[in-house]
Amino acid sequence: MNSLRLYGRYIATSIRSQRQYPTSLIMTSIGAFAATITDFIGIWALFARFRRLEGWGFGEVALLYGIVSVSFALADGLTRGFDVFGEQFVKTGDFDRLLVRPRSTVLQLLGYELRLTRIGRLGQGILAWGVGVHLSQMAGTATSWAILAFAVAGGIALFGGILLLQATLAFWTVESLELANTLTYGGVEAGQYPLDVYARWFRDFLVYVVPIGCISYFPVSVVLGRLPVMPYAFAPALGVAFLAVALRIWRFGVRRYTSTGS
Amino acid sequence: MSTALRPYAAVVRARFSVLLQYRAAALAGFLTQCWWGGIKVMVLTAFFTATAGAPMTLPQAIDYVWLGQALFTMLPWSGDPDVARMVRTGDVAYERLRPLDTYTFWYSRAVARRTANPALRAVPMLLTAGILFRLVGWSAYALRAPSGVEATLFFILSIALVVALSAAVSVLIDAITVATLSDRGATVLIAPLVIVLSGSLVPLPLFPDWMQPILRNQPFAGLMDTPFRIYSGHLAGGVAVLALGRQAFWVCALVILGRAVMRRVMSRLQTQGG
Amino acid sequence: MSHIIVEDLTKTFRVAERGDGPFGFLRRRKREVHALRSVSFSLREGELLGVIGPNGAGKSTTIKILCGILEPTSGRCEVGGLVPWRERIRHVARIGAVFGQRTQLWWDLPVADSFALLSDVYRVPPTEYRRAFDELVALLDLGRLLTTPVRQLSLGQRMRCEIAASMLHSPRVLFLDEPTIGLDAVAKLAVRDFVRVLNRDRGVTVILTTHDMHDVEALAERVIVIGHGQILADGTLASLRQNVLGERRLRIQFAEDVGDLAIPGTNLRQRSGRSVELSFDPRETPAHTLIAAIAARYDVEDVHVDEPPVDEVVARFYARHELEAR
Repeated sequence: MNSLRLYGRYIATSIRSQRQYPTSLIMTSIGAFAATITDFIGIWALFARFRRLEGWGFGEVALLYGIVSVSFALADGLTRGFDVFGEQFVKTGDFDRLLVRPRSTVLQLLGYELRLTRIGRLGQGILAWGVGVHLSQMAGTATSWAILAFAVAGGIALFGGILLLQATLAFWTVESLELANTLTYGGVEAGQYPLDVYARWFRDFLVYVVPIGCISYFPVSVVLGRLPVMPYAFAPALGVAFLAVALRIWRFGVRRYTSTGS
Repeated sequence: MSTALRPYAAVVRARFSVLLQYRAAALAGFLTQCWWGGIKVMVLTAFFTATAGAPMTLPQAIDYVWLGQALFTMLPWSGDPDVARMVRTGDVAYERLRPLDTYTFWYSRAVARRTANPALRAVPMLLTAGILFRLVGWSAYALRAPSGVEATLFFILSIALVVALSAAVSVLIDAITVATLSDRGATVLIAPLVIVLSGSLVPLPLFPDWMQPILRNQPFAGLMDTPFRIYSGHLAGGVAVLALGRQAFWVCALVILGRAVMRRVMSRLQTQGG
Repeated sequence: MSHIIVEDLTKTFRVAERGDGPFGFLRRRKREVHALRSVSFSLREGELLGVIGPNGAGKSTTIKILCGILEPTSGRCEVGGLVPWRERIRHVARIGAVFGQRTQLWWDLPVADSFALLSDVYRVPPTEYRRAFDELVALLDLGRLLTTPVRQLSLGQRMRCEIAASMLHSPRVLFLDEPTIGLDAVAKLAVRDFVRVLNRDRGVTVILTTHDMHDVEALAERVIVIGHGQILADGTLASLRQNVLGERRLRIQFAEDVGDLAIPGTNLRQRSGRSVELSFDPRETPAHTLIAAIAARYDVEDVHVDEPPVDEVVARFYARHELEAR
């Protein structure tokens, strides 16, 4: 069976088991929607008061918000296995079970669960995105949409990479995993605003170290006609590069785990 | 210590010793708070410098943000996890084996939770935002000292009321959790409300002017907005006293409401079993 | 004077049932369940009562009412002069309770901290607490467990701590709801020994529910069998035996091959080679008469007289009353 079909099999199983508890699924999704939409309400309130932020209007910031939210919701929904890796696999020793199977460990972890409740966060991201498209001066061309689609792909890779690093950290410690939340949820928060508002060093951090700016600020600026297509439309590729680096580090962690046997 | 208070004091002590076992989590929480507060401060600075005429000054807004980061674990955005666990496993009825009034018992547990966590988390945050920031030259982004002696006294009083109010909301959530046999409803509905209406998300004065009368008179303003505005001098004199009065009113109202709900829930538990 | 009085206790639950489908939780149906129908018994101070019966028979409901956490639909109940659910706080301060499948210890705290916290909850004076603590630690051999967080204890260790926790405020009545469930043989013996000490030496009144008939055999002079919410039997284990399965078992090892055995007053239960098991009614044929008669006719190597195992007695009793054994 090829990897894609195996993944499909995993996901189908996961969906079936979550459908056993429809009430819980519906309530949790609504809860996720309500909890995450508050951020958007906050942004709305500030724009209702101040109108503009470094030359950006509400609609334009809503676009940034939408891209980041949608990317994170998808990445988070797909990578539940990374999130619980420390608690459910390393602590319990269940990771050994994955290692004895003739399949990539990352694939098996991806197949651990597809979190349907993330539809709440995804929904509010799409809503914000819609508001952004409606209110901003975004050029509605096929090129613009392609750029944004690429941005989301880069965003999923970036957030997936951060979550994979969090899982890797579990090989060394299971205690300080919450640190990764600073980069995931904190990254979402940071990516919601134009980079112009941040101090220089923080801006550089968000472009070169954890390239959240590359998957939101640059592509959105391009579709708004504020930055040239070359090279900024291709900035989300840095998200993919981040994931590639994260995978290397993961493999290093797995090797360490298998050689020390702890 | 008087024997009447002894059980409740013991609960507070126990809470601290549990928390001290999770130091790594506290460190992670601290870093997250710095990140979040930093972003908010930078965003607000950008907003304030572009547009004049805001209903509070930028330094007041910055104080508000850092205090919010330091004290956000005071917010009652969920009930007692122990109660939620007891509801799941059907153990709630066994709480009735304790020779204590259940409301008071749970209230004291809530007070413990709403003071132990912030006490551990506030100090490093306040030191960082108030002193370290100045030392490294970020004075513009730093937390200032309270705006005066009166403000300091009122702030302390107001924080005490925050604890009382937050515990009242928490126990109300607990009672609803027992009544609905799930902590989901309460968390789904109340957490977003608390985060928006306390001022934790955006300082309440910055919301549109037409919303101000509503925001001022809802209970959750007493969870953050009131003490933070008193601290920075945004509320002073008679207005501050009035705001403290509103806080006290909501404490009484929510305790009375919570007791009533709890009585109903417990009498049903007593006839229906866990 | 009776210490615990239960008269005509009934308890009816109204149970909501979910409808079908994803929104089934919105359509609830009500159904009445009669958990107790007119239960009466009384207990003197210092007695030890075993309550047995299949799951859902009403054991736990009875205990919950006696503990004050459940209010009966009708009937009278007093423990030491207090109506448990009406004067709950005063009542629960004077009783101890252990529920085998629940914990009253704080999961994240070391055992000693949980004990200290409970002493505060029950307002035990410090000197008295110290005395009770030392005594319980010695009796239950808890010394090495005290600094361990509860979450790291084994079930048997935890149960010993649970029982100690319920005795810190020196209650005169102790309720034990399935205290040996899931325990290994050693832990069961430790629990039984401790309960025996409490009851015989300290005069603590104990009410014990259990599924393990060996608990009852080891501890209880008096047994109540509850089924379908009613008391079906109340008396000593011996009288229950007498009523249900009064026969004895005689196991004989013959020294020679015997042909067809025909011994009057007995039934053949099992036979393999030279060993034979017979059952007989000791009221009709006393054991010594029977053994003498057999020894006179055959060459006998060894003889045992036994009662039927208590599990079998109870199973027979349940079957007679059409109770589902668990």
